[in-house]
Amino acid sequence: MSATALPMPVTAPTHLRPRMSPLVVVAIAWIAGMILVALLAEWIRPYGITAMDLRARLTPPIGFGGTLKHVLGTDELGRDVASRLIISIRISLMIAMGATVIAAVLGTTLGFLAAHFRGWVEQIVLMLIDFQASMPFLILALSVLAFFGNALGLFIVLMGLYGWERHARISRGLAIAANAQGYAAAVRQLGARPMRIYLGHVLPNIASTLIVSATLSFPEIVLLESGLSFLGLGVQPPMTSLGNMVGYGREYLTRAPWILLAPSLVIVMTTLSVSLVGDWLRDRLDPTLT
Amino acid sequence: MSLLSVRDAAQVYTTRRGLFGGRVDVRAVDGVSFDVAPGQTLGIVGESGCGKSTTGRLALGLERPSEGSVTFDGQAMPAPGTADWRAMRAKMQLVFQDPLGAMDRRLTIARQIEEPLEIHGIGDKAERAARVAALLVDVGLRADHGLRHPHELSGGQRQRAVLARALATNPSLLVCDEPVSALDVSIQAQVVNMLTDLQAARGIAMVFISHDLKVVRQVSHQVAVMYLGRIVEQGDPDALFADPAHPYTRALVSAIPVPGPRRLERIVLAGDPPNPADRPTGCAFHPRCPVAIARCRTDTPALRHSPCGRMVACHLVDTETRIAA
Repeated sequence: MSATALPMPVTAPTHLRPRMSPLVVVAIAWIAGMILVALLAEWIRPYGITAMDLRARLTPPIGFGGTLKHVLGTDELGRDVASRLIISIRISLMIAMGATVIAAVLGTTLGFLAAHFRGWVEQIVLMLIDFQASMPFLILALSVLAFFGNALGLFIVLMGLYGWERHARISRGLAIAANAQGYAAAVRQLGARPMRIYLGHVLPNIASTLIVSATLSFPEIVLLESGLSFLGLGVQPPMTSLGNMVGYGREYLTRAPWILLAPSLVIVMTTLSVSLVGDWLRDRLDPTLT
Repeated sequence: MSLLSVRDAAQVYTTRRGLFGGRVDVRAVDGVSFDVAPGQTLGIVGESGCGKSTTGRLALGLERPSEGSVTFDGQAMPAPGTADWRAMRAKMQLVFQDPLGAMDRRLTIARQIEEPLEIHGIGDKAERAARVAALLVDVGLRADHGLRHPHELSGGQRQRAVLARALATNPSLLVCDEPVSALDVSIQAQVVNMLTDLQAARGIAMVFISHDLKVVRQVSHQVAVMYLGRIVEQGDPDALFADPAHPYTRALVSAIPVPGPRRLERIVLAGDPPNPADRPTGCAFHPRCPVAIARCRTDTPALRHSPCGRMVACHLVDTETRIAA
């Protein structure tokens, strides 16, 4: 059979790794730093989050007339902003990451089920997607929290219900396309079980799209959590979160802007970093983009 | 003893016309029968939309026929998606038209060729690796091609890789759905030669679907010409192409480009192939047929043995031995 071999000389494949831009390095470093802070929160916070220093109320941060005692200043009750920020990062990160993972897993599973079974299963999933998309999520969240009370676990699961419909739509559409023609149909006619088709082939192929979608919903969940906490239905005082800090710091915006600016900066930097890393991951995971 | 036997298979799809329109049945395949023996090739030719690919999918059991039956090796085809059906995939394989679309672009060629072996639990890891290496050689690829991703190969190499994957489980039936129409002509010849060599070496039965009459003539032991879901003429390829009996086949054959002066007058058919949802009465070909008679409008001709030694579905071929061209 070697007589029919193509005479074309072929060199060994060279895989050029995409150059990591300095921006991505900074973003990864920031996310790693945030995760480290979240993990070590109990050990690195200088004070308790409820410890009040009434004689040092509304102290500005260091460099703006503050002292080393309170690096990021204090709030209206004399609580250390740095300590509160560290604990807030942990709570907010836990909520946002937990919720993003729940949304991605739930949405992708439902999307695949719809694509595989079609018929009435698909109709039900599509109905749920439309229901979710047409319902203002804030109102749904408000009513659930109002009726069932507020526990951190429930709150994370509730946030996880936000954004699943986007994953479901994407995964259903792409799985149907792959099933109708192309690699999934090819693997199916090789005799593969549905689990192998969906987890072994369809999921890795659409992962880049899903990762981008997840990096979009991550900041939204952070902001949603901030909004709900601000309305008093999210994370309850004395517990603190980034949104909670922004919400309560708002009243002192003119007199003590550092209470609000410190958590705001963390929100902006984290969501931006997640988006940048998501973009980079998508390119990195695609073997055709080298 | 035939390996694959298709009897009066019909595939009906239901569509809706417009927003409030009623249901319309589209008979994509309408009463097709054929047999394929081991080591033999049946070529199926016809225009786009004549039901070639659907016939191929029915033969492979990827779809269940609405009417009629498909038997493989004496067994009825199990329903798609069942465990029996999955196990049967090892014995029959499909070669796709678009090799890039048929491969997972994230996996290396070797991994993809190994996949059917993994699915059907053939051999251990070392045996599978050895088999993949042997398959790569069989289809004329080098070992280092196995380490590449599909987008790093040329079109012809990709089609070879798809073929290697299809041959991995040693199937006894191969359905090739336009396997070379996406390749350029020089590569087409190489891939076609390789296909016939592999078939001869392994005794594979093949259904070769194409609109390229030259390629079909080269690979087939039998040719079936389809028009609007039905076989209109079937028989030995050399005889069929040299002396086509059905008016549609004659038009088709006259469209083959030949070097030098034409032997046959070029027959240009009027109009387009009709919509399968709106099938003409009688012989489906009669509105475009240059020699149609009144009977063609009312009676559907059956596929019958004709004096020329082939099966032809035409009233005129039955009454006279030849129709004046």
